[in-house]
Amino acid sequence: MSILSLHNLTYSYSQSHESAIIQGLSMNVHAGEFISIIGVSGSGKSTLFKLIAGLLEPNCGEIRIHGEKCTTNRLGEVAYMPQKDLLLPWRTVLDNCLLPWEFNRKPSRGHKEEVIASIQRMLARFGLGNYEHCYPNELSGGMRQRVAFLRTLITGQDLLLLDEPFGALDAMTKREMHRWLLGLWGDLHKTILFITHDLEEAILLSDRIYLLPSEHNQTVQEIHVNLPRPRQYAMNYDPHFIQLRKDLEQRLYEKTSI
Amino acid sequence: MRRPLFKQWAHDYGWSVLLLLILLVSWEAVVALGWVPSFIIPAPTSIIQALIKDSPLLIGQHLIATLEEVSLGFLLSVIVGVMLAVGMHIFRPLEKTLYPFLIISQTIPLIALSPIFIMWFGYSIWSKVAVVFLTAFFPIVVSTYDGLKKGDGDYTELLLTMGANRWDIFRTIEIPMALPSFFSGLKLSIVYCVVGATIGEWLGGTKGLGYFSRRMASNMHTDAMFASILLLSLLGISLFMMIVIMEKQILKRRGSTK
Repeated sequence: MSILSLHNLTYSYSQSHESAIIQGLSMNVHAGEFISIIGVSGSGKSTLFKLIAGLLEPNCGEIRIHGEKCTTNRLGEVAYMPQKDLLLPWRTVLDNCLLPWEFNRKPSRGHKEEVIASIQRMLARFGLGNYEHCYPNELSGGMRQRVAFLRTLITGQDLLLLDEPFGALDAMTKREMHRWLLGLWGDLHKTILFITHDLEEAILLSDRIYLLPSEHNQTVQEIHVNLPRPRQYAMNYDPHFIQLRKDLEQRLYEKTSI
Repeated sequence: MRRPLFKQWAHDYGWSVLLLLILLVSWEAVVALGWVPSFIIPAPTSIIQALIKDSPLLIGQHLIATLEEVSLGFLLSVIVGVMLAVGMHIFRPLEKTLYPFLIISQTIPLIALSPIFIMWFGYSIWSKVAVVFLTAFFPIVVSTYDGLKKGDGDYTELLLTMGANRWDIFRTIEIPMALPSFFSGLKLSIVYCVVGATIGEWLGGTKGLGYFSRRMASNMHTDAMFASILLLSLLGISLFMMIVIMEKQILKRRGSTK
């Protein structure tokens, strides 16, 4: 089943449609998929996420979440994790993770004690068991990113939009986060849309990759990553992986050289 | 890294205290040598003597009266100031309408306006409270309003995607973010309060340190005048320190104030 489908989406920050940052974009995301979105700077990756999350409204086109057409307010329907961890510095790790629960007014949100218990279980699983009462500035970059990811999961949404979640981390920490996420992916049962600039990261993590066009007349390109799951870091040296990477680089290069 | 308390204190304030001592000793010497007549500048020792001699009156009556005016005026400034700032923040037309008048209110020379206050409020405490209020509410409005404006757009967007409403954003993001700026406003304001009360008492009254200092000055009791000025200054310092302690208590619970 398709959890998210975009049809002919167009968005422009100004009134004139010629300068549209997103033009006639269509894509389909199935439940349980990990999809990376790659594009040069200014190709509208973050704008796309804001459209899906409901922070922006498209000029024309259609967004369907869970098969339902979203005409009005989509806010609170998908989970969104921005590049910066955006943990509130005056709240402890636990209180930061409780934020989505506080704003959830649906009767299904559950009791606070249950949510706290599940946050504590997840913190333990994320290797943050002893940090629930720490403040964000006492944590390392990788730990903060894991807390931010946990907070995204606590929203209870099936579809997660991750906007370059590891973009600000150093190479070593990033590698660690990839290992961690790959280990987690099997029992997560979520659908992830993942913006990245890192081609290796995209191939390693994704089922499919979308390349956003940089010029208006080009369409979105879709690449299937046919690597078996569960994935491991060693697959970096797999000939198939290297071939995919070459292919991706070529496509990106061709695009920008026009 | 913690030094013994005294050593830390000496490190922080040692040079200021040393300068103060040098000034006091030379001041005393200048008067004792008869270079300046004591009704122009009384020696520090005679100021202290005057302070001790008049202390029942100075502290028991006039200090209490000034403190009352300051407390009432400050309380009123905080209440009205915060209400104005919040109102302007959540309702743009109010900001557009009021902001110019706020600034105009600060360009009016208070001393020139004060006879009117006497006409309106008589020689009661309220004419002084009015002067205190007019000098003290402005920094509170401006700092609170600016603090609320600081509310980061990224945080707001993240909370919106979690389903937060306007009120949620106000209480979870905007208020905590405004607190440091709010306290800066309080610190400025409390110092102005003491000045405002003194001006108010000068213009008409029967009580208060400002009134006392003026009466002593016209009677050439310069030492008693300086004694009451010393008390006014000490009052300002202690009130300021109280705000600083309160600020530290409230802000220390967050990991970082940034």
